[in-house]
Amino acid sequence: MPNLTDTTIAVFGGVYNNYLSLEATLAHARQSGASALYCLGDLGGFGPHPDRSIAQLRDQHDIHVMQGNYDHSLGNRLGDCACGYTDPRDNYFAQLSYDYTFANTSEHHKDWLRDLPTGFRHRWAGKEVLMAHGSPRRINEFLWESTTPDGFLEHLLASRNIDALFITHTGIPWMRRLDSGRLVVNVGAIGRPANNGLTTVDYVLVELQGDTLDASLQAIPYDHERLASEMRAEGLPEEFVETVLTGYWTTCTEVLPARERARGKY
Amino acid sequence: MAQHLNFEALLERAAPPKELPAPTLALSHLDTLWLQVTGTLCNLACLHCFISCGPKNHNHEMMTLESVQDALNWARDHGVKEFYFTGGEPFMHPQIKEMILAALEHGPLNILTNGILIDESMAAWLGEVFRTSRYNLDLRVSLDGTTPEENDAIRGRKTYEKIFGGIDRLWAHGVNPVITVTTCHADLAAEDGRRRFYEVVRARGLSQPRLKFLSPFKIGREEHRAGGYEAHERLVEGDLIPGQEDALQCSSCRMVTAKGVYPCPILIEVDEALMGASLDDALVDIKLDHPACYTCHVEGVTCRT
Ligand code: SF4
Ligand code: SF4
Repeated sequence: MPNLTDTTIAVFGGVYNNYLSLEATLAHARQSGASALYCLGDLGGFGPHPDRSIAQLRDQHDIHVMQGNYDHSLGNRLGDCACGYTDPRDNYFAQLSYDYTFANTSEHHKDWLRDLPTGFRHRWAGKEVLMAHGSPRRINEFLWESTTPDGFLEHLLASRNIDALFITHTGIPWMRRLDSGRLVVNVGAIGRPANNGLTTVDYVLVELQGDTLDASLQAIPYDHERLASEMRAEGLPEEFVETVLTGYWTTCTEVLPARERARGKY
Repeated sequence: MAQHLNFEALLERAAPPKELPAPTLALSHLDTLWLQVTGTLCNLACLHCFISCGPKNHNHEMMTLESVQDALNWARDHGVKEFYFTGGEPFMHPQIKEMILAALEHGPLNILTNGILIDESMAAWLGEVFRTSRYNLDLRVSLDGTTPEENDAIRGRKTYEKIFGGIDRLWAHGVNPVITVTTCHADLAAEDGRRRFYEVVRARGLSQPRLKFLSPFKIGREEHRAGGYEAHERLVEGDLIPGQEDALQCSSCRMVTAKGVYPCPILIEVDEALMGASLDDALVDIKLDHPACYTCHVEGVTCRT
């Protein structure tokens, strides 16, 4: 595999139909000199006008898109996002945003989602790099900061000969350099704030220089008030709008570990 | 939800049972390590307990701190992802605090408890550990009804208030436990039953209710309460859909007790299920030949949170 170095790369995930934060993220990444942009999946859900974010991501020479679990469901025309919550309230909201996204995604975009790749492997700065949606093992495995121990990650990366792993799926970013020097980065989500009381969204810039690979989390502001009013205009639930305006998750909080949940309000 | 069911195989078997061997299951990776820290000793003796735990059940003795530490060190070196402490009642162990701290050095910890022994000072200590430990600490408290009558009929007199006492103290100290409901009353598993639980917990002041609903296993004391398995309730070769074996928790878990290692938390009173003295002995395939395996498969049960 050819080695790439001396450049900047952007990695993001969890677009959730937020085409405004996507615009802001793409602009920030390109201004920061990113020569390639990687999207780790989950384009739909939550926000308004799914076709608008897909149109920004498709057929761009510098953007590479991977399939997330949501994209898999939409692309294969499944009836729900397969999240399977315990709380009937969570299931209600999950279904509502899935149905909205399903109804408003064009058929040719669904075909495109269905055919996306499910991982990327590269050699960057002499390191073996893997990008996956949830984890290298499963598209829907959650790797949260507070529930993913070092020993497990060392094993996971060593068994697949990976020096740096990039993932998303949880919606909350974190980054860890392991004792072995291996790097694990959850790039968070650009479509929804991280349950931290901030209205910004998160992605990651990767700096390659010689044989060093460094990553840094970026918090991106965008016109979240405009998004909120467009969500209202589309009839999306006020609970989702509240998240956009406050930075706290209001629904589907069941997947959060106790620690990550305690940072939020719901 | 029911995606992993091979309906054709199940239907075919609705016909008289054939003499097919039980399926075998490989360990994909040891993600979840269970530790039966207080053995079968419990301060309650619930009617539905699938391991007949109680104040006098010494079938599995308490584990020593050293044996817990050995298992944790092994787990760290083998890339285990999470730990579960159970019993019996873990908070009966005199060294439970040392064990909790030892586990949290290596990974996230879930403790399954009935909550009753979590007094004010223990709740305060757990709150402090929850806020400061490197990895997540989660408590899971069992409750079996939305009213004292419903719960106490199964868990014993006055236990509803005692259990909620523990839950209240945890919540007051910043720990939000997962309340685990065994759905002995079938209507609790249905959407209305679940909604009722969320309402009761919210009304109690826990504004971020977390609940888990578990189907009962018809073994242990539950077998005497509600009856055991029928002859046809067994798994045979062909029931598992290739590629979906990971729906079963025993494809990625093992249970350590004072006696040795078992495939899962459910079968620790089944002597034939004992895999060996150490975790190194327990990385081999298992046979899903116990009727409880039927519940895991058909109901999609996992004991994980
Ligand atoms: S169900 Fe739990 S609390 Fe009840 S006897 Fe069994 S171990 Fe103890
Ligand atoms: S009872 Fe369930 S978890 Fe235990 S071995 Fe059988 S299928 Fe696996």
